[in-house]
Amino acid sequence: MTPAFPFDLLIVGAGPAGLSAAVEAASRGLCVAVVDEFPEPGGRMLGQFHEEKGHWWVGRQVAEQLLDKCSALGVKIRCGVSVHSILRSGAEWVLKTSEGSMQARNVLLATGSAEIPHPLPGWTLPGVMSIGAAQVMANVHYVKPGRRGLIIGVNVLAMAISRELSVSGVSIAGIVLPGIGPITGKEASPKESLKELMGLAHLAPSPLMRIGGKAANALGMAGFVSRFIPRSGIKIWDIPLRLRTVAVSINGRSQVQSVTLADVNGEGAVIPGSQREELVDFVAIAGGLYPLAELASVAGCPFVYAEELGGHVPVHDEQMRTPVEGLYVAGNITGIESALVAMAQGRLAAATISGDTGLLGQHHDQEVQEAMQDVRRVRASALIQFRPGIQEARDQFYRKCGRFQREKNGIKEEG
Amino acid sequence: MDRIENHPILGPRKSKREPVDFTFNGEKWAGLKGEPIAAALLAVGIRTLRRHEESGSPRGLYCSIGHCMECRLNVQGKGTVRACLTPLEAGMCISEGERLPNEITGRRLP
Ligand SMILES: Cc1cc2nc3c(=O)[nH]c(=O)nc-3n(C[C@H](O)[C@H](O)[C@H](O)COP(=O)(O)OP(=O)(O)OC[C@H]3O[C@@H](n4cnc5c(N)ncnc54)[C@H](O)[C@@H]3O)c2cc1C
Ligand code: FES
Repeated sequence: MTPAFPFDLLIVGAGPAGLSAAVEAASRGLCVAVVDEFPEPGGRMLGQFHEEKGHWWVGRQVAEQLLDKCSALGVKIRCGVSVHSILRSGAEWVLKTSEGSMQARNVLLATGSAEIPHPLPGWTLPGVMSIGAAQVMANVHYVKPGRRGLIIGVNVLAMAISRELSVSGVSIAGIVLPGIGPITGKEASPKESLKELMGLAHLAPSPLMRIGGKAANALGMAGFVSRFIPRSGIKIWDIPLRLRTVAVSINGRSQVQSVTLADVNGEGAVIPGSQREELVDFVAIAGGLYPLAELASVAGCPFVYAEELGGHVPVHDEQMRTPVEGLYVAGNITGIESALVAMAQGRLAAATISGDTGLLGQHHDQEVQEAMQDVRRVRASALIQFRPGIQEARDQFYRKCGRFQREKNGIKEEG
Repeated sequence: MDRIENHPILGPRKSKREPVDFTFNGEKWAGLKGEPIAAALLAVGIRTLRRHEESGSPRGLYCSIGHCMECRLNVQGKGTVRACLTPLEAGMCISEGERLPNEITGRRLP
């Protein structure tokens, strides 16, 4: 079914960024449609919940509030529709989807992020999944990923989701390191993992972030510390965090039956004779997130590599505008951050698009500036940060992108 | 695998889903209408969704959100679909993704 007229704004991705942008743009008078390939709208927010000042923040509830607003404003949301391609034709974008093509004057890519795998022997066995898959199965579809699982990879997502699984009654044998290999690199060593956790510790009061602090307290000072990490690990919410243990291989005939573990020294080298088997029926690999940005590339948008943001990021300015006319980005496609930041970015993108379309009149600049400040405010108070120093990394990124923006759009470089 | 009937934090599922029958590789199973095929199969303990086209080794879901294509299998009338994104319907005939004849892939595996 192809609508006869082009939309003012077509949003790819019904996650926190896309839905927030839809509400904001529609309330300013734009005709907005959202497409998403997942069977229900809400994006990765659907499976998220975390403890915040004594109560639980539940992503699904936030998504439902946004969806109510969308339907009141007449935003058209199509789920179960994948966007394969995006082409500029005259003054319009044509998007090829699994259900025909759609046209729009402006496109906002809010496609979120994807997970980085940590391949290791046996990782193709049924029962091995990404940590996010375990989260989606348990929290979105209400099916346990298994009875007893092992988490491979130490990062914020691994900690958060282990806790979620464990409160749902899934037994977690532990969180271990992936081991240093050609793909994982040095971040898989006990020292680097500990550094990363401690770098996040200042983000208290989130209980999630106090893990870093707790790890540090339990272990003493950073730097020379990894030597002293107890081999048995330290318990975080009753889940053993084993920073001196690596997964060597995943074993099983037709599905996961066990994982071979080994102890390592501070630099990550396996201690001979320390290998043993842990019986589990599923394994979740937590390799971190990267921006899901293929469509931006297909649309002709240049990229800049920014490690702190999670990898290759489509060039865009702080107002969420790419150098490609009529193409905007918001949410995790611009760098890995939490859902609340994605929502603020969505509102900002909508303000920018409304301004560029001439809908904001003379207050254009002021409204966009306010939305920009809001993103910074939300970021500064975010309870979950995937990497330390995110605002500095953003500022650096915008400076790098300034050159593209000036050349293409005649926009003045920020800062 | 067990279903979570009443999630300790999220509560019970808001919209009740109707139980439906389907077949997988010719065998009859029950699942919930509208849940992804991969979730329905996991709930009855089936993890193997396909055989690798060349090696024939078993594969299951990996990302659960449509990114990795590891969960591809066949649904009668729809062809090859991603099991993690495709909602279960009453009476669906589902079969695992198959190993292909070697002449097609043209390569030899040990
Ligand atoms: C598996 C996973 C688990 C996560 N868990 C947490 C967590 O527990 N806590 C936390 O703070 N953060 C988590 N995150 C980070 C998460 O990305 C942000 O919290 C937030 O959801 C980002 O919002 P977004 O709107 O940018 O993208 P998303 O919420 O990812 O939404 C993007 C949407 O775009 C759709 N989409 C993508 N490509 C296409 C296409 N080509 N065609 C159609 N639709 C498309 C997707 O189906 C998805 O619904 C997780 C991320 C992932 C990938
Ligand atoms: S499990 Fe990755 S696409 Fe379905």
